[in-house]
Amino acid sequence: MTMVGIARATAMRMRKVVVLGATSGIALQVERQLARQGCELLLVGRSAQRLAELQVDLSIRGGAVTGAQQVLTYAADLACVQQHAAVFDFARRTFPDFDTVLLAYGSMHEQKDSETAVDILLDELQVNFVSATAILTLFAADLERRRTGCLAAITSVAGDRGRRSNYVYGSAKGALSLFLQGLRSRLHPAGVRVITIKPGPVQTPMTDHLPNAARFADPEQVARDIVRALERRAPDVLYTPKVWRYVMKVVQEIPEAVFKRLSF
Amino acid sequence: MPEILRDAAPGSLLPYGLGRSYGDSCLNAGRELIDCRRLNRILGFDNSTGMLRCESGVSLSDIVDVFLPHGWFLPVTPGTRFVTVGGAIANDVHGKNHHCAGSFGAHVRQIGLHRSNDGLVFCNSENNSDMLRATIGGLGLTGVIAWADIQLKRVAGPWIDAQSVPFQSLKAFLDLSRESNDRFEYTVAWLDCFAGKNLRGIFFRGNHATGHRSEQGKKQGKKFHPKRGAKLPFALPAWMLNRYSVKTFNKAYYTIHARKKGMAIVPYDSFFYPLDSIRQWNLLYGRQGFLQYQCVIPDTNLEAFEELLDRIARSGMGSCLGVLKQFGSAPPAGMLSFPRPGLTIALDFAMRGERTLKLMQSLDEVVWQSGGALYPAKDARMSPALFEASFPHWRGFVPYIDPTMSSSFWRRVTEAQQ
Repeated sequence: MTMVGIARATAMRMRKVVVLGATSGIALQVERQLARQGCELLLVGRSAQRLAELQVDLSIRGGAVTGAQQVLTYAADLACVQQHAAVFDFARRTFPDFDTVLLAYGSMHEQKDSETAVDILLDELQVNFVSATAILTLFAADLERRRTGCLAAITSVAGDRGRRSNYVYGSAKGALSLFLQGLRSRLHPAGVRVITIKPGPVQTPMTDHLPNAARFADPEQVARDIVRALERRAPDVLYTPKVWRYVMKVVQEIPEAVFKRLSF
Repeated sequence: MPEILRDAAPGSLLPYGLGRSYGDSCLNAGRELIDCRRLNRILGFDNSTGMLRCESGVSLSDIVDVFLPHGWFLPVTPGTRFVTVGGAIANDVHGKNHHCAGSFGAHVRQIGLHRSNDGLVFCNSENNSDMLRATIGGLGLTGVIAWADIQLKRVAGPWIDAQSVPFQSLKAFLDLSRESNDRFEYTVAWLDCFAGKNLRGIFFRGNHATGHRSEQGKKQGKKFHPKRGAKLPFALPAWMLNRYSVKTFNKAYYTIHARKKGMAIVPYDSFFYPLDSIRQWNLLYGRQGFLQYQCVIPDTNLEAFEELLDRIARSGMGSCLGVLKQFGSAPPAGMLSFPRPGLTIALDFAMRGERTLKLMQSLDEVVWQSGGALYPAKDARMSPALFEASFPHWRGFVPYIDPTMSSSFWRRVTEAQQ
């Protein structure tokens, strides 16, 4: 291992990371990389069984082969705001000095369905925006009080401009990005980092139903970018893969009069 | 998975891993593939015995990354780390240590196999042992491997004590091979296929470095495991690989390696996976791509082997990547295992249409007459007759095929005969 590698591994070894939506496609890859670096993890997800399997996998990858490696789990449906207090409570009691929180869950319904069924529309907003801001608010207050740590949430490039084909998902993610922007400013004086993660389309179970899914980004590469962003001071807003920063810049510059005629 | 298999039409499915098989054994034209890449969890590991249980989509690369730092390595590894455990079992892959460790399948202690009729079936040497033998080398046709127990191997560290020895005749190669097999765990040779009967090449042999040699590796501070190598961004124009450029490359490669004789401490990845350092290396061959040819010819039939080399040399179509290895005499681990006692040679041929196919047909004749075999994992074109000659007992394997499974390869080589 090179010197730089050793230095980085040591820097990350101190981290204790809470992952909200731990069984999501991107989160799985992030957790593996964090575990390999020796981070301790608290995984929150819906399925107790999948969390238990994940716990074994990550413990071995993290080196439980020889030493102690802490991977904790807590099963809860984060879309349900009523369960948030219990999640937060568990984190504070069993994982008290966590320093990083990664919000990685989301849902993507067929856009067409939420155009005709309001309950699907509301569910999309509830999962991707309402519940996300609720749980982030709990964790933000704790980090702010302790004046430490980092809060990261996965939104989407879809939130950068409303498009015909997925504006419901896009508006929820865009709203979340806006929320994070404000939160970042609020937590800045306390020295708490807030990272907005905007992936392009990634090959995960959430996007399997989309056309061209095979050409989407590799979740492992996206996870590498996320882990690197967690380690460093910058950026505040991470586009991954990187090319999306420039693509979205162009997309945002297209005049509305033209954009409304585009069908993508 | 049980639901997918239960509801599938007969012969409609095939499990798919990282797609590194060169031909159509991992394809199912016009039908469905089951993407197993997300079945990639590690289910358990016993550090006192080295027994690993993992799902079939875990890559060998993953296993090395996780366990080598703790002193465990793959019992057998092919020339690329980007294959899944399921694929390694289904093709019963071999490596540079075949002469002392046999094939990958020899180190699989138990598997969980999803079958459309019977659900999840446990197979080991006591229960369903014949199903285990069918699945090893079974080309994915016996069902979907859910997980496997693999016996990893203790090693001192990531360093290999390696040596390269130039040789200039087939006899010299065989002498080297014979002499090295007892002393070296890993042996393989690179071959200059333009040299014809005046065979020449470089014999690589090595052992896992132990004791002070291993410490030496550390002290030299050599670069250990570069995570991601360079990437070939696009297909090169086809004319760039021609007999002159390849001849020049081969000459340079030979000269360089012939010069650095003697033992050297090298990191495991450059020893086992030289090609993995260039991502998308296959684009070297241009948009037309290439065909691989890997056969084994019995030890007793050296004339046939010389004839084979002669035909390749005369064609002027060989490439830079010729690999030669003498298999050991370990009994086959699976019903359709490819490795068997003899000399195996693997070559790339840039696809130049009819010309390339003709050459390969003429090589087929030699393999056939010698009593040898072709390797299904590398094949896209062998005739049903040659498959029959390579695997005379294949009909005994047929009852173990899961009724929902089929592949382009399997239909191509057997359909006319069933």
